[in-house]
Amino acid sequence: MTVTAEQAHVGFGRRMRKEDARFLRGKGNYVDDIVLPGMLHGAVLRSPYAHARLVSIDTSAAEAHPKVRAVITGAVLETLNLAWMPSLSHDVVAVLATDKVRFNGQEVAFVIAEDRYSARDALELIDVEYEPLPPVIDARRALDPDAAVIRDDIKGKTDNHIFDWEVGDKAATDAAFADAEVVVSEDILYPRVHPAPLETCGAIADMDKVTGKLTIYCNTQAPHAHRTLYAIVAGLPEHKIRIVSPDIGGGFGNKVGIYPGYVLAVVGSIVTGRPVKWVEDRAENLMSTSFARDYHMHTEIAATREGKILATRVNVLADHGAFNNTAQPTKYPAGFFHIFTGSYDYPAAHCTVKGVYTNKAPGGVAYACSFRITEAAYAIERIVDCLAFELDIDPAELRMKNLLHAEQFPYMSPTGWEYDSGDYPRTLQMAMDIAGYDELRREQVEKRERGELMGIGISFFTEGVGAGPRKHMDILGLGMADGAELRVHPTGKAVVRISVQSQGQGHETTFAQIVSEITGIPSDDIEVVHGDTDNTPFGLGTYGSRSTPVSGAAVAVAAKRVLDKAKIIAAAMMEVSPDDIEVGRGTFSVKGDPTVSKTIQEVALAAHGPMELPEGVEGHLDAACVYDPPNLTYPYGAYIAVVDVDPNTGAVKVRRFIAVDDCGTRINPMIVEGQIHGGLADGVGMALMEVIAFDEEGNCLGGSFMDYQLPTAMECPSWELGETVTPSPHHPIGAKGVGESATVGSPAAVVNAVLDALKSYGVRHADMPLTPAQVWRTIQGRPFRTDLAITD
Amino acid sequence: MQVTVNVNGEEYTREIEPRMLLVHFLRDELGLTGTHWGCDTSNCGVCVVQVDAVPVKSCTMLAAMASGHEVLTVEGLERDGELDPIQQGFMNEHGLQCGFCTPGMMLTARWFLDGNPHPSDIEIREAISGNLCRCTGYENIVRAVRWAADHPRVAETEEVAAS
Repeated sequence: MTVTAEQAHVGFGRRMRKEDARFLRGKGNYVDDIVLPGMLHGAVLRSPYAHARLVSIDTSAAEAHPKVRAVITGAVLETLNLAWMPSLSHDVVAVLATDKVRFNGQEVAFVIAEDRYSARDALELIDVEYEPLPPVIDARRALDPDAAVIRDDIKGKTDNHIFDWEVGDKAATDAAFADAEVVVSEDILYPRVHPAPLETCGAIADMDKVTGKLTIYCNTQAPHAHRTLYAIVAGLPEHKIRIVSPDIGGGFGNKVGIYPGYVLAVVGSIVTGRPVKWVEDRAENLMSTSFARDYHMHTEIAATREGKILATRVNVLADHGAFNNTAQPTKYPAGFFHIFTGSYDYPAAHCTVKGVYTNKAPGGVAYACSFRITEAAYAIERIVDCLAFELDIDPAELRMKNLLHAEQFPYMSPTGWEYDSGDYPRTLQMAMDIAGYDELRREQVEKRERGELMGIGISFFTEGVGAGPRKHMDILGLGMADGAELRVHPTGKAVVRISVQSQGQGHETTFAQIVSEITGIPSDDIEVVHGDTDNTPFGLGTYGSRSTPVSGAAVAVAAKRVLDKAKIIAAAMMEVSPDDIEVGRGTFSVKGDPTVSKTIQEVALAAHGPMELPEGVEGHLDAACVYDPPNLTYPYGAYIAVVDVDPNTGAVKVRRFIAVDDCGTRINPMIVEGQIHGGLADGVGMALMEVIAFDEEGNCLGGSFMDYQLPTAMECPSWELGETVTPSPHHPIGAKGVGESATVGSPAAVVNAVLDALKSYGVRHADMPLTPAQVWRTIQGRPFRTDLAITD
Repeated sequence: MQVTVNVNGEEYTREIEPRMLLVHFLRDELGLTGTHWGCDTSNCGVCVVQVDAVPVKSCTMLAAMASGHEVLTVEGLERDGELDPIQQGFMNEHGLQCGFCTPGMMLTARWFLDGNPHPSDIEIREAISGNLCRCTGYENIVRAVRWAADHPRVAETEEVAAS
């Protein structure tokens, strides 16, 4: 029986996921599932203070606990020169505090015991004496002359300033503002939120003293980058380090960096000679690991009275916490925030970003933000709505008037980004058609007359993802290129090894589909290997929606190289010139005589067999590629949220959400839609529920899921998706990244919808999250700052 | 103390500390790592198992309380090499991405469908509202549960017909 391409699962299209078979049976292999012989368990003692001097630590009682094997303090680490480690932003991070604690939840001591309960018990036996210092909590006060200096470990440091950065043409922008008929400005806060993957961060370190080989099992999104960093931090030879990243229970940027707990597990294994597991609990995850955002954005827009945008200007105060440990390409201390000009056609823009230290957990670039494009998209989409408010123009009409048109691509933005492809008005129109926009506006008018609050919010976003071109982008000196190795076995089955690491994106399915699409080998016959630095090529990992744009391109190029080689061998097998070969899906036939043909499987066997190969062609059927992207890819989308607001309680119900995404070629539409669904829920969560706030003493007020509210199925509507497909012209298969699109684009749609509902109260802006309390107070005309504790 | 717990149809007797949580008993004592641990505060639901056919957050139940009772975990859903309809529904409708919430979601949904074989979408959403998911935005989980409702096991269909 002939097997059709569909039956054999060749190429792109909706396919069931290979990885589901194990997850559905409870046979996933997450880091806490791994048990090694003789394994010990670590637990971290954390600071109850946001800012305090360490006076003394007495660990004797903990050490006397019968099940404790070691207690490690900062003083111990100092003797190993490991008390501090390099951050991802050319700063340092304390592994364990030595001089001071600088945020609530900072690591102070590490206990290693025979079981996890005993390790926790022993934490209670450690006696730490602190001398509290005044904390710096409000980023807007961090540079006050009387603010306490947080980083007095840095020689000569006399304030809490980290960096100043600016992009754009200031003179042209100022001139555009000076001449503009209308200027609207707003202080817009993107508060601190947390990626909160359901699996917390963790690692098992296993130092083999005989071979000197250190194996670290860690749920990291970037195993290769981790290996190089451990080599630098611990001074260990890189070839003696193996990072195994098993199944990961969600990452969203939370699992990019190296946390003190990982280093402590390594030290623990070296000290005890046994494997040491450290897995944080939820409170530790929320209080100490990479937060996201915390951008205070003074945002301005200049326009004509008819609503033609002329210029934008943003001055950002960036709260980086106690250590500058954001993860972004070296040249970009504010990530890709300078894409804030958005999806519109205007000539002038300028932004400044001022980074400051505060007594809060470090981090900043996480939670599916595409290197701060989330903040940028939110600022521009919020200020465009503020402009619509002032001009009393429909927000959809205002956007249509300013969106970039298809013929303008490739488009060079005023801040230096070259958008690769797009047709923005078509995408927005599709979203409006799905929503029934005009009918919704009519319904809104009727409801307003009845005193009911209904809002319609629009957001149009452009992302730049797939970092990135090596000449522009590196992290700690490591260029952001990724490798792929494809090997076709003699029987025509294949294995492809990749450098990126799935946290649920389904790489085992989609990367096999890329190889399948190009070579014609059924995707079920292709094994995808990832998550083990001993068995995969080097690359920087999965974050910033870079897997498909970078690693996917590497796989596609490697597959094309295999195909090219197979064509030459097939020609030799049939004794014709390669020029006379017609390449089909996994077949090579003689032009003009399709009955004479070879399959890729037959070619694979011949490539490994005794057949004499053409001159210059080596045996076997393998290829590799290290892909250096020529540019980022620029996915975009139009989102419309419809909300109902209860004026008595301030409760918001998201009734509908329409999302039309354009991410270029879709390898597996089912997985793409799943990625979008997840990001839309993130947007609802951040817009309405999620915030990590602090009280005036610096206590983290979002340290559990009772306080850090995440959306459930009840807060989420049934998502209504549409799509346009504008392939990336420079990507081998025309694909763009999509993992973070919805997280980037959706918060503004929800916030714009809620504020649209409140328009009759004369309210133009209120900060996220728009909790019932915030909405109710906004109705009263006094929205509060959501990053601080409510004090009245 | 000694406990005897029936897990997925098999009796397990173990000597444990009285304070041991059920989630740790299942994972660390029995090696059934399909049940996950996510928040400690009963909010996230990745630790949900069924105890006497009722979903329970095993991070807030002592293993001792399960002694003498029947526990169903994700490892017990498949029968005779055939996936439970809820498992098949999650696969067909792409109801999972990272897979970490999936066991708890499925055990909650299995219990729900056992009591309400023909639910509305809003009833499904309410039923799983004690289980968080960070990947799927819940859309495909709702579809997965709907799929399972539309494709009951043959034996179950016969039982319904007989009753």
